[in-house]
Amino acid sequence: MNLKSSKELSLTVRSGSDIVAVRQQGRELASHLGFSDVEQIVIATAISEIARNIVEYAQEGKIQIASLVNSGKKGILIVAQDSGPGITDIAQAMQVGYTTGKGLGLGLPGAQRLMDEFEVESQKGKGTTVTMKKWVS
Amino acid sequence: MRVPILKQGDYLIASIQSALSDEDLLQLRDDLAEQVGKFRSRAAIVDVTVLDVMDSFAVRTVRAIAHMIRLRGAETVIVGIQPEVAFSMVQLGLTLGDVATALDLEEGLAYLNQQA
Amino acid sequence: MTRKLSLKKPGENQTNTSESAMMLLRELVAHLRQNRTQLREEWARRITEAQLLTAMTREEIFIEATSVYDNYIEVLETGSVEALQAYARNLSERIIPRGVETHEVVGIVLLLRDVLARSLFAKYQADFAKLNRILDAYEPAANRIANTVAVGFVQERERIIRQQQEAIRELSTPVLQVRERLLILPIIGVIDPQRARQLTEQLLRGIRTNRAKVVVIDITGVPAVDATVANHLVQTVDASRLMGANVIVTGLSSEIAQTLVTIGVDLSKINAIGDLQGGIEEAERLLGYKVLITQEPRPAKTLDTES
Repeated sequence: MNLKSSKELSLTVRSGSDIVAVRQQGRELASHLGFSDVEQIVIATAISEIARNIVEYAQEGKIQIASLVNSGKKGILIVAQDSGPGITDIAQAMQVGYTTGKGLGLGLPGAQRLMDEFEVESQKGKGTTVTMKKWVS
Repeated sequence: MRVPILKQGDYLIASIQSALSDEDLLQLRDDLAEQVGKFRSRAAIVDVTVLDVMDSFAVRTVRAIAHMIRLRGAETVIVGIQPEVAFSMVQLGLTLGDVATALDLEEGLAYLNQQA
Repeated sequence: MTRKLSLKKPGENQTNTSESAMMLLRELVAHLRQNRTQLREEWARRITEAQLLTAMTREEIFIEATSVYDNYIEVLETGSVEALQAYARNLSERIIPRGVETHEVVGIVLLLRDVLARSLFAKYQADFAKLNRILDAYEPAANRIANTVAVGFVQERERIIRQQQEAIRELSTPVLQVRERLLILPIIGVIDPQRARQLTEQLLRGIRTNRAKVVVIDITGVPAVDATVANHLVQTVDASRLMGANVIVTGLSSEIAQTLVTIGVDLSKINAIGDLQGGIEEAERLLGYKVLITQEPRPAKTLDTES
């Protein structure tokens, strides 16, 4: 994909290889936007965590990645949506260590720590939308 | 893509060549467990130099690898975690527990030889 | 890659039926080519009059003016700004270190736009309708050119500023290799989250480059050690261990350590030693000592010489 011409990506995530693909695309866009090596990997890792949440809890979802500009500052926007079971108690899910699924359950709070801005919207039975942003420092 | 595992004396060395899918990582776990048992290796070194992202699944699986290998009486050393990856991991709060780590393959072998 | 510049749609303006946009542009370009010498001179004169590009000599201004003029014509002719973008970046890279500022670059491009526009007025003053059509073709292109050059210049400036900031940050936090496999990171001054992040990144890269097995972080020069700083330290220790290096922290007084523990900061992972000298000695022991028996077990096993 020629990232120079299109600064917005939309990818379906339903398997492990999708997780790798979407985080690599995210990393490429981050690189194009001028994020440092470390920031690129931080972003890719956050995308990986969120994508993994989708695959584990909702089986399928969509992740959109786009570039942002705000008063000359550049940034990356990631929106992950699924129509899965939703999170009943967002506050609880955001606590470190909380999990209903397998593993460390660090998806949401972990990703929040990695990004500059982070929002979760979710309703039980209606799905979840995670919006995260990071700005080039 | 299956991760190649080399036998070097008492040790097994698994060098990850490219970004791994979840299945590949789980396969590596099973392959290492099997081969450690088969060759009665004293230790396994997993080289993750090439991995640019280690997320919670990767860390879980690496810890699972170490656990399974320990059950067979052997030690695991993870080598090659890159600065950016180490940084992201601690930001995410991911730890490798008491799994040994070394800078690279050379250091990993030096460490194991010292243990001998 | 040619791109049609926006023009009135066919049928919208009846007088446009006989002439196409491309023909107008060709005419425009031909005019600019024919009058290249005097228009370029006029422009150079106006640049000097406006006291722009004072950091450059007349010859330099003339050379760049020629390049910009030719690039200008190329954009009008081909509709593509790629060559211009590349030139703008290249030009910016050269003139920014000379002290040329944004308003000067924007200024000279606007002056050229004016010089060319005036020459179009002069040429087509007898045919007002045609002048309008020519300007319809010219103006969007001219504005796009001004935009491209200005943006290119500003982006280059920003890139250089970022580079300089990075260099300053690196200078203010040297990672020193004093013995083989041993790094010392003396931290002086306030640590804000951004600086902490940058310190950690630098240290981790230093561990890789120097193949360090032990790192001594000295925080004697840090005026305020609070929970935030302590947490950054713990993170740095954890990350270093993932890379196979042991970390010793010196300059963390026992009083401060006590306070932090009371607050609830987990300092168990930090190997803290009073002063830098003691820290280096401990590091040397870790590096050279074959067998070392410790009291408490280390939570994360690394490449130390303990069994």
